[in-house]
Parts: sequence; structure tokens; C-alpha cells
Amino acid sequence: MEKKDKVVTIQPITRLEGHGKISIFLDDEGNVDDAYYQVVEFRGFEKFCRGRPVEELPLITPRICGVCPWAHHMASAKAVDAVYHVTPPPAGRKLRELAYNTFYVHDHGAVFYALQAPDFVVGPTAPRAERNVLGVIAKVGMELVKNILAARLEATRMLEVLGGRAVHPVMTVPGGVGKPITEDQRKELEQRAAKMVELAKLTLKIFNDVVLKNKEYVDLITGDIYAHKTYYMGLVDEKGKVNFYEGKLRVMAPDGKIVAEFNPSEYLNYIAEHVEPWSYLKFPYLKAVGWKGFRDGADSGIYRVGPLARLNVSDGFTTPLAQEAYEKFVSILGKPAHATLGFHWARVIEIMAAAESALELARDPEIASKEVRTIPTATPDEGVGVVEAPRGVLIHHYKTDSEGLVEALNLIVATVHNNAGINLSVKKAAQSLIKNWQVNDGLLNMVEMAFRPYDPCLACGTHALLGQMPLEVNIYDKEKRLYKRLTRG
Amino acid sequence: MSKPKVAIVLGSTCAGCDYSLLDLGPTVADVLASVEIVYWPTGADFKLSDLESVPDGSVALTLYEGAITNSDNEELAKLVRRKSKAVVAYGSCACFGGIPGLANVSTAKDIMKTAYVETWSSDNKEGQLPQPLSKVNGKHLELPVTYDTIRALDQVIPVEYYMPGCPPPLSYIEQALVAALSGKLPPPGYVFASERSLCDECKRTKEKKNLTAIKRFHEIIPDSQRCLLEQGILCMGPATRGGCKAPCVDNNIPCRGCMGPTPEALDQGAKMLSALASILALDMESGVSEDRLIPLIQQVKDPLGTFYRFGLPKSMFRRVIPRR
Amino acid sequence: MASSFEPRIVVFACNWCSYAGMDLAGTSRMLYPANLRVVRLMCSGRLEPEHILYAFKAGADGVLVTGCHPGDCHYISGNYKTRKRIRLLEQLLAQFGLEKERLRLEWISASEGELFTRIAKEFIEKIRSLGPSPLKQEGLFAPLITVAAAGGGGE
Ligand code: SF4
Ligand code: SF4
Ligand code: SF4
Ligand code: FES
Repeated sequence: MEKKDKVVTIQPITRLEGHGKISIFLDDEGNVDDAYYQVVEFRGFEKFCRGRPVEELPLITPRICGVCPWAHHMASAKAVDAVYHVTPPPAGRKLRELAYNTFYVHDHGAVFYALQAPDFVVGPTAPRAERNVLGVIAKVGMELVKNILAARLEATRMLEVLGGRAVHPVMTVPGGVGKPITEDQRKELEQRAAKMVELAKLTLKIFNDVVLKNKEYVDLITGDIYAHKTYYMGLVDEKGKVNFYEGKLRVMAPDGKIVAEFNPSEYLNYIAEHVEPWSYLKFPYLKAVGWKGFRDGADSGIYRVGPLARLNVSDGFTTPLAQEAYEKFVSILGKPAHATLGFHWARVIEIMAAAESALELARDPEIASKEVRTIPTATPDEGVGVVEAPRGVLIHHYKTDSEGLVEALNLIVATVHNNAGINLSVKKAAQSLIKNWQVNDGLLNMVEMAFRPYDPCLACGTHALLGQMPLEVNIYDKEKRLYKRLTRG
Repeated sequence: MSKPKVAIVLGSTCAGCDYSLLDLGPTVADVLASVEIVYWPTGADFKLSDLESVPDGSVALTLYEGAITNSDNEELAKLVRRKSKAVVAYGSCACFGGIPGLANVSTAKDIMKTAYVETWSSDNKEGQLPQPLSKVNGKHLELPVTYDTIRALDQVIPVEYYMPGCPPPLSYIEQALVAALSGKLPPPGYVFASERSLCDECKRTKEKKNLTAIKRFHEIIPDSQRCLLEQGILCMGPATRGGCKAPCVDNNIPCRGCMGPTPEALDQGAKMLSALASILALDMESGVSEDRLIPLIQQVKDPLGTFYRFGLPKSMFRRVIPRR
Repeated sequence: MASSFEPRIVVFACNWCSYAGMDLAGTSRMLYPANLRVVRLMCSGRLEPEHILYAFKAGADGVLVTGCHPGDCHYISGNYKTRKRIRLLEQLLAQFGLEKERLRLEWISASEGELFTRIAKEFIEKIRSLGPSPLKQEGLFAPLITVAAAGGGGE
């Protein structure tokens, strides 16, 4: 390959390609020197939420991301509860949890079937043209796909009952939720939740049949290619089980030791965020270890969050079918599982956990109680709200004046926690696929497969949803001239 | 006849508008199958070059989602304008600036300073801010330029249609797609929303009561049958277009105006202010006591953030005046 | 610097009281006509907050709203409504960063021509000392493009 011929000028228009961008730099030998995964959008909620009445933030902050608005709505609601020193009555809390678990099915379901299933169901080596949702349809059959779409609508309808609409809910108020549900609505929710459990069973079965029974895929998942030995962080309940809505933050070291477990309100003692001039996304790290640059291992403060991290740090699930699936996961991937592709599997297990929990909650007669909110009486000041967003730990932290007007706030979203990890995975894939000026044609695929497990919801930064993220990879030679540009397609 | 070409493009957005299309369920598959999607990075594997390669003016309908906050958004908006016969400002962000438009209370530099330096978890003593062009280990990396003033789509390119809502009610998106399919798009300027105000469509009872106290919505449990505004809770219904079926009001949470100003309003906030003034302290209309009026008016916290929650860039002033 | 700046003031005047008062004073002879643009209304209660914002947007450095004295409004409560609107608007303008002195509300009766003259002069001087409206700053409030289609409210 003649490198001089490969110099291409960058047209400004190419920057439009997407909101995420990868730049790879080669050394004299044509091997990878550095790789950067950049997030190129920025909106500044930390500034313009100042001066707003704090109870408005659960309605404002979800607009960070239309894919996980419920995560922001709930983290924000919990932060506002803390600011006003108010605790929702049992029905208020249960309604929130029911909505939140339902949202997990809604979100994980979309992500798994539309974004990730193509890799597994159709196969990572299948032609690109088939590795999409249509390919999935061809493989599993139209009827099944229709069932899946219909089943996901059950979650949509439940979210509409509970929060007015599925995207950008209007549900919580400080100290609870805006409106109780009727007994008839409870029954409706119970029936729909039961259908979500069926969807979860089906999903686990598809994953079992297509992925786990295929040695090629299992080898891919368990292999070293995308493994990174990092720290992990996630919420656990008092028994150490996964909880999406509340609990303590537990941190696990790469060797599996639990190195910290703390109240989410103390997060500032444990994590800090590093800033780089070339990305609009910050890079959080564990304070006790420190920011040591882009590398993994026990002496680097980089940690990961999300489905894989949750399964790693916890002692499993509270519901039977999810627990059963979890045990199988651990028996194959070990604990902690460092395999980045394990994120996909963990996500499927969580669909089950969320559906089972939603059903339990919808069956609880207390959930239809009329007591759904507590009116705050204390003077507002400061509060932290943390939930597990589908993509990992989400932190909202607000400080107000005595009238409850926001003075300052801090938000750390899941994709930000994983930012450093994503950079690691991209660089590792690049290094193994670019050697001696030879840019392997499979590079784009492999780079994609490296970050897709994180499901980097870049709307919390930018966007990477159902389809594949608009992705552009620029490769530069030692003179920083553009050597090659790869775009998807 | 060939299928009409449709593009769905994203500016500065949360992606909630097009993500909500999935909530159409199986219908979405039918609709999408009957049009030719030329660009939709959220939904499937598209590259910008796909959009560049279609002839100018050949796209029957483009849904543009999101506000214009940076140079990338602006370039993309101009590109789709060239390619499209009709452009829809899709969602409140594209129509009025939306929540990202609230950034017009500040400037890009101040916002960045807050986000990257002042936030409690930032480890950034040197005050490093993201740069349009930066050099790392001798390598140049680029980022788009973030603007000081966020704009709605029609402040950057001419727009044929508006579909407000955050996200827009699904019935309107179906209506627009069906219109595009049949080649019977409405006349330019059409707004896919109700022509009436939200109050006109609201089921709560109104009595034109004398309002003697403003309440924040966490302070009281409101009567679920009566108008929220008349119970003292600032509800944007009088100044807001209907068509959303009032999910907020229905959950005892006041409207924040995402459907945008009513058709005759020049400025959503001013219109709301006027509606509020007309029921506030009616009993004082026969007296002159400013001492009673002022404290009452001071109970309205954050009128700017409340009255222009989704539309600061389309307000008369468009942004807050930066301190000199 | 400030001396070369001639403030532009929009006056909203109620037909029955203040506008008549202005006439009485032979306003145009006592004040720099260039400073004042008078908009006559049948009642101050006809004045919508939108009109005031529009005046500022169109380049007013100050807006003076005048109406009948409390109790004297021909439409009974128009001036009370106006007062509520103006007080609310003051809160809003403060958040927009516009000096609150640029908006003034006064009650002036048909017989108070001199009072009007004094207030108008005072106001002009106040605005002169404040300088041109910050809304006229170049760059920040970039010009709008003209759009044939006028939907979606707003401009
Ligand atoms: S209008 Fe709402 S849903 Fe649509 S992009 Fe903007 S914030 Fe997201
Ligand atoms: S102000 Fe709100 S609650 Fe009252 S009628 Fe209007 S929309 Fe309904
Ligand atoms: S009630 Fe108001 S804020 Fe809620 S959806 Fe309707 S217009 Fe939007
Ligand atoms: S008639 Fe003068 S203020 Fe109403």
C-alpha cells in the first residue's frame, strides 16, 4: 500500500458524519501509535439548570437523552427528595420502581433486538448487508418479530399509564408521584407485566439457542479480544443483589475483591473526573487509585459500569428466573467477567430481572393505595440521587438555596463513566487489526463490536441507538496526514 | 410510482423524537416500508454520503430533529434544505429550541467553564476546556464549535412545517407520513398540532377564581378536577397549543408548554404572563395596595425558566443579555 | 460618548387620561420629539406584555407606560390589570438581564400635562445615562432570516 497516495484532505462536511468520531494515529512502522474515541457534542445542562426551581429538574434533565429519559427522571426525583428531606410513602416508591423496571424492559429490549442481536443472531461474520434488523427478521421469522414488537408495546402502554408517555415521562413529584393508580389500572399493569415476563423468557431462549449453543460465539465472548481487566461499579441492595432503583454503590477490583461499598451520596469521596481538550465527555476514575492515563489493570483508576459491571459487583438477583440465568453466566464467564462482550448477555438477563420485578410490584395490592406522596416541609438544601441507568450508574447531585432554587449541580451519566473503557476497547481493537500499514478491512466491524457492548448512548453525550452509530474512523500517518478514512457502509 | 424519499436527521437532540417512533409498534414497520428512507442514522446504517448523493430537491419530506447548537448542526441543516422539497421542524427543539435552548441564559464559554471546571467532581485545576482544535501528543483533533446562541431550525433555514411536542404526539407523525405518502402535504406553514389552546382542550373545570397565592407543585396536593392554575400552580395551558392530550396536567403536574405558543401568540412567555395577571389578585382591582401585590408577584419563581421552558430561542428576545 | 446618544422611548398612552394630558402640555414643543414615539391606546389595559417586549426588540431604549390614576380608568379596572402585568414583566425582564429602569409605569390624568413633561424628561435622562439598549448589541442577537412560512408561533 502506497502511503503517499492515501493522503486525503478532510472536507469540513465529513465532520457531520456523526456525533462520535474515532481518530487513529500510526507510527513510523505503520502500526497503531494512538487511538481516540471523541464525543463531539455538548449541551451544558450543568449551567442552565441553575436558577430553576429544583422540583422542575426531573422534568428538565430527561431531555439529556430520549432513550433513557426514565433514568434521568428517577435519579433526578431521588435527588430532589434528598434536597427536600422527604421520603415517598410506600405506594409512591413502589409505583416509581414499577415504572423503572418496566422502562428497563422497554429500553434493554429495543437495544438488544435492534442493535445487538444482528451481531449474534445473524452472525459476526455475515455480510454487512444482512447484519441488521432485517437480517434478524430473516433468521428468526416475521411472526416472532411481530410478537416481540407487540410485547414491547406492553411496556410502552404501562409507561403511559404510569408516566403519561413513554418518552419524557411526567410522573414523579418531590416526595412521591403525581397521581395514584386505580385498582383497575393495577390489574391492567399486572396483565401487561406478565406479558413482559414472557418476552423475557423468549429473549433468554433466543440468546441460549443462537448464541450459547454455538461454540464459535461462545469462544468469541470468552476470548481475550475485547477483555479489559478494570474496576467495576454498580448499585446493590442490602443483601448485595442487583437493584436498579436504589442501594449502595459497590466497587470491585479487577481481581474480584470488593474494595469499596458506600452510600451514593458520598460519591465525591470515591470518584473524580479527568478532562481532555479533545472530547466533550469527561473521564471519571477512582480517586483511591488515581488517573493514570488510558490503560487497564489494578493500578489504573479506570472503572466500568453497566450490565456487565452490575453482574460482577453483585451477588445475583432477587427473582428466580434471573438468578438462574445469572448462575449460568457466572459458570461460563467467571467472576468478575472481564469479557466486554459479556455486556450483551448480562443485558438479556436483566430484561428478565426487570420483568419479574415489575410483575411482583404490579401484584402488590398496596401499589394502588391513594397515599402516593408526602408533602415536603423541611428547608431544601442539597441532595444526591443515584440509579442504575440501563447503561450504568447515573448520578444527579443538586444544591439549592433555602427557597429550593438550584445553585449548582453535577451530573455523571453512564456513558461518561465508561468513556475511558470505550477508548481502551477501541485502541485494543485497532492495535490488533492494523499492522505494518495494512489496514484490515474488518477493522470497522471489530472497532464497532468493541464499543457496541457499552451501548454508548451518546445522546447522554450524543446518540447511538437502534441502528449503528454513525461512525467515522480517521487514520493518520506520522506526519499527521490523513492516511485512510473508513466510514460505515 | 416510486416511493417518496424520506430523511430523518438529527441536530442537537436527545433523540427522543425519533426514538419514540418505535412506540408506534408494528405500524412503524408498515410506514417505513412504504417510503424510501434515504437517511436515518438512528434507525439504520446510513452515511452522510448517502444523503449527499441524492439529487437536490428530491427528498419529499425531511424530519429535522433537534436545535442548532453547533457548527455541525448548522451545516447539516443547510445540506438537508438543499436536498429536500419539504422540511419539518420535528419536535420542540427544532421548532423553538426546546430544552437545549435554555442554554441561551448563558454563553458557550461560561457554560463550559461550569461543566468542565466548576462541577464538583471535575479534576481540572488547569481549567482545561474542550477546544475546536487541540493537539495531543503532537496530534491534531477537531471538535465542532459550540455557539453562544442556540437557534431553532427556522432561524437557520426556511422550514415548511412544524411539529411541536417533546416528543411530538405520535398521531401527528402518522398524519405527516400519511400525507407525504399520498403526495398531499398541507400548505407551507402548517403546524402539526391543535389550533386551540391546551386550556380549551383541558378537562379540568375553570371558575375564573380570584388567585391569591402562587403555589409550587410540590407544595400542595391539587384537586384533580379543578384547573391547576386556579389552584395557584403555574400551568402553561393558556399560552400553549393543544393536541398533546395533556399527559402532564393529567398527572397533576403543570404544563410546561412543550407544544409551543398558541397560534396567535407573539411570545409564549408574555402571553402566559398576561393570562396570569388576569386572574391574579382580582380582589385588589378595587384597591391600590402595591404592598400586597409585590409579595404575591414575588411568589412567581423563575418566570423565564417556567414561561420559556421550551422556547427561549423563539422568544421575542431570543436569549438572556450577557453581563458586560 | 453618552452625549451623542439620543434615547428612543416608546410611550404607551391611554387615550382618556395620559394622552389627553400630553396634548394639554403641548408635548411636542416641550420635548425632543425625536426621543418619543407615542402609541395611543383606548385604555392602558389594552396593552399586552407582548407589545412591550416588541417595542424593546424593535429598538426602544426605554418604554414608558401611562394610564389613568387608580379609580379613574374608563373601563373600571384596565389600569389595575396593567399594573399587575408590568410588575410581573419587571421580574421577567430582570431575568433577561434588561435594566429594570428601562420600563416605567406612571399614572397621569388629563389635566397633568406638566407632570407628563417632567416624567418624560426625567425618563429620557435616566435612559441616556444607562446608554443604548443592550438588545441592540451586534452579533448576539443575530439577524433572523425571513421565512415565508409563518408557523409555530414566535417570530
Ligand atoms: S423535542 Fe424533546 S424529545 Fe425531541 S429531541 Fe428535543 S428534547 Fe428530545
Ligand atoms: S391552566 Fe392548565 S389545568 Fe388549567 S385549564 Fe389550562 S391546561 Fe388545564
Ligand atoms: S401538557 Fe404541556 S408540557 Fe405536557 S405534553 Fe402537553 S404541551 Fe407539553
Ligand atoms: S382608560 Fe385610562 S387606563 Fe383604562
